[in-house]
Amino acid sequence: MDTFGLLADGLLAAIQVQNLLYALLGVTLGTAVGVLPGIGPALTVALLLPVTYRLDPTGSLIMFAGIYYGGMYGGSTTSILLNTPGESASIVTALEGNKMARKGRGGPALATAAIGSFIAGLIATFALAFVAPWVVKAALAFGPADYFALMVLAFVTVSAAFGDSALRGITALFIGLGLGIIGIDLQTGQARLSFGIPDLLDGIEVTTLAVALFAIGETLAIASSTSSLKEEVLAVKGSVWMTAQDWKRSWPAWLRGTFIGFPIGAMPAGGAEIGTFFSYAAERKLSKHPEEFGEGAIEGVAGPEAANNASAAGTLVPLLTLGLPTSATAAIMLAGFQQFGLQPGPLLFTNNAPLVWSLVASLLVANLMLLVLNLPLIGLWVKLLTIPKPWLYAGILTFATLGTLGANGAMSGRLGPIPFSFELLILLAFGILGFILRRFGYPIAPVVIGLILGPLSEQQLRRALAISQGDPLVLVSSPIAITLYIIAAIALLVPLYFRLRGKGALLQQMASDED
Amino acid sequence: MNKLFLAAAITGAMAIPAFAADYTIMAPAAPGGGWDQTARAMQNALQTEGISGNVQVTNVPGAGGTIGLAQFVNQSTGNPNALIVGGYVMVGAILTNGSPVSLANVTPIARLTGESDVIVVPANSELQTVDDLVAMLKADPGSVSWAGGSAGGVDHIAAGLFAKTVGVDPTTVNYIAYSGGGEALAAVLGGQVTVGISGLGEFDAQIQSGDLRALASTGAERLEGSEIPTLSESGVDLVVENWRMVAAAPDLTDEQKATINADIEKLVTSATWQQVLETNGWVDTYLAGEAFETQLASDIAATETILKDIGLVQ
Repeated sequence: MDTFGLLADGLLAAIQVQNLLYALLGVTLGTAVGVLPGIGPALTVALLLPVTYRLDPTGSLIMFAGIYYGGMYGGSTTSILLNTPGESASIVTALEGNKMARKGRGGPALATAAIGSFIAGLIATFALAFVAPWVVKAALAFGPADYFALMVLAFVTVSAAFGDSALRGITALFIGLGLGIIGIDLQTGQARLSFGIPDLLDGIEVTTLAVALFAIGETLAIASSTSSLKEEVLAVKGSVWMTAQDWKRSWPAWLRGTFIGFPIGAMPAGGAEIGTFFSYAAERKLSKHPEEFGEGAIEGVAGPEAANNASAAGTLVPLLTLGLPTSATAAIMLAGFQQFGLQPGPLLFTNNAPLVWSLVASLLVANLMLLVLNLPLIGLWVKLLTIPKPWLYAGILTFATLGTLGANGAMSGRLGPIPFSFELLILLAFGILGFILRRFGYPIAPVVIGLILGPLSEQQLRRALAISQGDPLVLVSSPIAITLYIIAAIALLVPLYFRLRGKGALLQQMASDED
Repeated sequence: MNKLFLAAAITGAMAIPAFAADYTIMAPAAPGGGWDQTARAMQNALQTEGISGNVQVTNVPGAGGTIGLAQFVNQSTGNPNALIVGGYVMVGAILTNGSPVSLANVTPIARLTGESDVIVVPANSELQTVDDLVAMLKADPGSVSWAGGSAGGVDHIAAGLFAKTVGVDPTTVNYIAYSGGGEALAAVLGGQVTVGISGLGEFDAQIQSGDLRALASTGAERLEGSEIPTLSESGVDLVVENWRMVAAAPDLTDEQKATINADIEKLVTSATWQQVLETNGWVDTYLAGEAFETQLASDIAATETILKDIGLVQ
């Protein structure tokens, strides 16, 4: 049977009433765990795995797919409305999304996130089905030196998230880089900056830091200033839905986000966050309204959200073609696949074709279900903003704490007779850091970005140098790396050039004015 | 807001089961890894076979299992219902992290499953046999880059022991640590490193499809029907086998120990467990009682020596 015939069969199986119910259950659960800070899709799938031992393969796959896509999407809702990312891939969404929400444009922000996620998921799922074997070959060509070049490019482009002052942005980035050193060094197994505290051996959890800086810091900042409590927030200004102008500005961002997110998700050491950084930087550079960035530009929500969901589908490329899970959720899904006799790997598409196509069909159905579930809810979600601030922020504090406690905050220590959770202490400490940063006008996002990029770039650099036995030329000896460095140089130098030329023009004008 | 409450209710209901569990199994790792899979497979088999009415799995990830182990010892002392899953990686992690708690603080019950490492090269590599690898290693140890799991783990130990056995200084082994065998697989497939060394399960599909060539396995014997030679067949006298085990809380009475031993024996002989082994490709290496304790002690001693030789432990 040809490819389309197999896909049609898969789709027919997926749209049976029973399977649609599984899809609905999956996306609802997935969205719920995505919304709650700290509890991720990985834990949810792990908890549900024993339940699905008794379900048929198609039903279980559909439910997994729903949780997976739902979790990726759910994080954006709290990012936009409450400036509290539910998971690390929605950190960038908070930058513009929350600014939009504060101006009464929470509805369009949520809508562009939902529709962007849908379109990205749709394109990326088809890409998974048809070009996965080629994408994975390209991804495997990336060696440590190339990954390092990619990280250099990421460092150059994160400046987009710096806000007004480069000095403050870089300071915030270095705080994150410093935090990234904490824990066991992967290459030597030695502990760094853990001060003999066992809980620090695995480093600072990215989601804990993000929740602390964003949610706790925000709450403390609100509580500390009486004026902000009185400040009225417009829940809805104009339409809840996207205007024609919003559509026009969103769709190129959705497409760009998809094409950035999918290949980066497919890389064995890519990761969903990195795609969102690149997408945000690209939108900022290409936007016709650069002045709106930092004030609530819709492209800044549309692009990263599309990139986020596209990379979720991208993660399935190495999982299905190599049997290589590149995220915790993918690792658990691998276990789920294996229990149905689906053996991911190079022979999968030949040996298990019907199951693969029902998985692809499940992803399509889950993706559609997500849109159906979330678009009507937008009107309800934006009402969150009409809740009086003391209640709203009390709620955020509760959920942030519960989420952290639920994810990795087991009561690990004892202070006399009272058990306490070290993770909660970290949450509180970084919450205070977040408050201080806000108080003195430092941007928050670069801290989290530093914590994500720092360890990645360090490990890749050291791997590259170890393999070459210390020869630094290895860093610039592959075409991929050279290309990435050239792009980084362009991204760095072109704005500088224009600024200089702009100044030159101004000087000329001044000179001519003197005449 | 309703939805938030609903979400909290759902996740809350999933996290806290309504009934007390007969056994609580701690997987000292994040969901998805080998120990987590072992714990969840045990949960499934214990319940399906009616050995235990209600089994709960908790995940305490971190630092090669030592964080979970420390918590287990602190909270479960004398509790006959508490079990913990662990393995060879923990032995190395306890040493490299200078963990205050060790396997001497728990009651080892049984080794459950085992897996040999395999040494693989990309299909287009010049290395055809173990002899080629030995020759390359002897000529210039640094020129052979080994990709495997985390530093001090079983893959690293196997690479170090390999060098030592063939008479090369183990401190010169150019070991590139990846956060798991899967990431190491990508590095070998992409031709970024000379050889890969990790569990057979990580490389098996690519060996079968011909993308990778297996030079040798580190097991004592060939797997049934396998064409991969063991190291000893290839002239290198070395056996390294990764294993997973289950242990109980410290300070149990002999009676309590006997009950747990009996339950685990029922588990490993059950049809459900055998089915689990087959679907996951795990090799049954069940070993209990004194035999297991002896093997554990010798593994710990050997690991300590090699980690000192590699230079990871002072």
